[in-house]
Amino acid sequence: MRFSLLSLVRNAFSNHQNWGRQWRQPEPKKTYDAIIVGAGGHGLATAFYLASEHGLTNIAVIEKGWLGGGNTGRNTTIIRSNYLYDESAALYDHALKLWEGLSQALNYNVMYSARGVLMLAHNHHDVMSFKRHIYANRLNGVDNEWLSREQVKDFCPPLNISPDIRYPVVGGALQRRGGVARHDAVAWGYARAADALGVDIIQNCEVTGFKRDASGAIAGVETTRGPIATKKVGVVAAGHTSVVMARAGLRMPLESFPLQALVSEPVKPVFPCVVMSNTIHAYISQSDKGELVIGAGTDQYVSYSQQGGLHVTTHTLDAICELVPEFRRMRMLRNWGGIVDVTPDRSPILSKTPIAGLYVNCGWGTGGFKATPGSGHAFAHTIAHDTPHAVNAPFTLDRFRTGRLIDEAAAAAVAH
Amino acid sequence: MLLIECPHCGPRAEIEFRCGGEAHIARPADPSALDDNAWAEFLFYRSSPKGVHAERWNHAHGCQRWFNALRDTMSDRILATYPAGAARPNITTIEAAR
Ligand SMILES: Cc1cc2nc3c(=O)[nH]c(=O)nc-3n(C[C@H](O)[C@H](O)[C@H](O)COP(=O)(O)OP(=O)(O)OC[C@H]3O[C@@H](n4cnc5c(N)ncnc54)[C@H](O)[C@@H]3O)c2cc1C
Ligand SMILES: [Zn+2]
Repeated sequence: MRFSLLSLVRNAFSNHQNWGRQWRQPEPKKTYDAIIVGAGGHGLATAFYLASEHGLTNIAVIEKGWLGGGNTGRNTTIIRSNYLYDESAALYDHALKLWEGLSQALNYNVMYSARGVLMLAHNHHDVMSFKRHIYANRLNGVDNEWLSREQVKDFCPPLNISPDIRYPVVGGALQRRGGVARHDAVAWGYARAADALGVDIIQNCEVTGFKRDASGAIAGVETTRGPIATKKVGVVAAGHTSVVMARAGLRMPLESFPLQALVSEPVKPVFPCVVMSNTIHAYISQSDKGELVIGAGTDQYVSYSQQGGLHVTTHTLDAICELVPEFRRMRMLRNWGGIVDVTPDRSPILSKTPIAGLYVNCGWGTGGFKATPGSGHAFAHTIAHDTPHAVNAPFTLDRFRTGRLIDEAAAAAVAH
Repeated sequence: MLLIECPHCGPRAEIEFRCGGEAHIARPADPSALDDNAWAEFLFYRSSPKGVHAERWNHAHGCQRWFNALRDTMSDRILATYPAGAARPNITTIEAAR
């Protein structure tokens, strides 16, 4: 069933009571050509591109909870590609280009809105570092421009640019192609499109172990709904990657931390773009429903609790209240946490592993939503061909042995 | 916010502390003898368990001393704190701490 003006009109006549289901609830088969562990955006996108671009349709996505219930459904949806290093710019911009046509490709409105991502500079160091990013981005064909303090105010009028606040705004870097998308719609759109191509999405089914053949290669997975045979497994489990990989006997260069977000009561449109400040730790945009969507920081300790300390969100709200004083009287409706898997260099891993037939896509940490289409696209190529796509070739697990890090940690300190 | 028992000062609020990551990772005694795999393991690979985690804490805004803690990463409950250099207490499940 395609969404179109015609289908909308037809369903209006039956009071929208007869829309079909968006995806099936299949029973797991005995055997698949490939299995993806984790039905977040990245896992579902991987399955969609495996089916649509590589002709692998006898595949399954196995999810321990419900699809999109992990970080995909918990994030603040900031999309941008202005990363410093060549490798990162190529990977994230690959994703940004796919975002631009994604609603059409999936026949599902993911509400990608290129309203601009403005990163605020508060001191001399920020100015130097942002300008370095801007020049590096331009060399890579990625848009990013410097705004003076006054231009910042023109672009985002609610911001307080007065020089007497504790961390005054001295300028900013703007990526106009950056913006936001509707997180749930991304998971649902990929799920629906993958399902239509024959991919089985099996929810409420946890992968609890791996089967290996005599040579040590992957032969299948153990799940809470029984064993399933397959020769290729892609693990896309975000905050639980260390846990899943341990079941295959592999340690990972990862640590999992809670990351929090919160939303306000909905109000009329007041905030035109996405504003980020790494220096005072504030990330804010307004959803189409009218809520302010605010990203807070990570807790300092490893945790799987899916909730963080209240002092972490308080710290972010302090910064927001200083930047946008008119928000001081807004009430916050909800806050929550997701578990993010962080690598030592803050760059992701999309890679083969020491086990034949086992692939891993992880380490997106606090900033992987923006990469969802590109990550799925490149990872599908890696699994289908047993060799990486050009854009993810540098993002190996092996780089922590060779020392060939992609050190966005040093470049940005925070990566949203 | 966690309530953390500094072995030297007693229970204090988490904001007085800095977490120093996984504990009991010994610096190699003979660094030049290590191959690349061993260096990667020492520098970058971490346990990140869903369960009991041994980790280093520094009482930065207090006595400024380092110590270790065992914490359950599902509930964030601290099961034990002990001075740096002491052996890891034999608590492998949250039940064992009760
Ligand atoms: C509060 C917050 C704010 C964020 N803000 C941004 C932002 O503004 N911009 C941005 O780009 N990124 C942001 N991120 C990061 C982003 O959300 C993630 O990088 C991205 O969504 C990861 O997608 P995923 O599909 O890999 O993971 P997930 O959506 O977490 O999917 C992983 C899935 O694997 C499943 N799973 C785990 N173990 C098993 C198992 N054993 N068997 C079966 N299934 C399993 C989980 O249940 C889960 O559904 C934010 C994250 C958080 C938490
Ligand atoms: Zn102390």
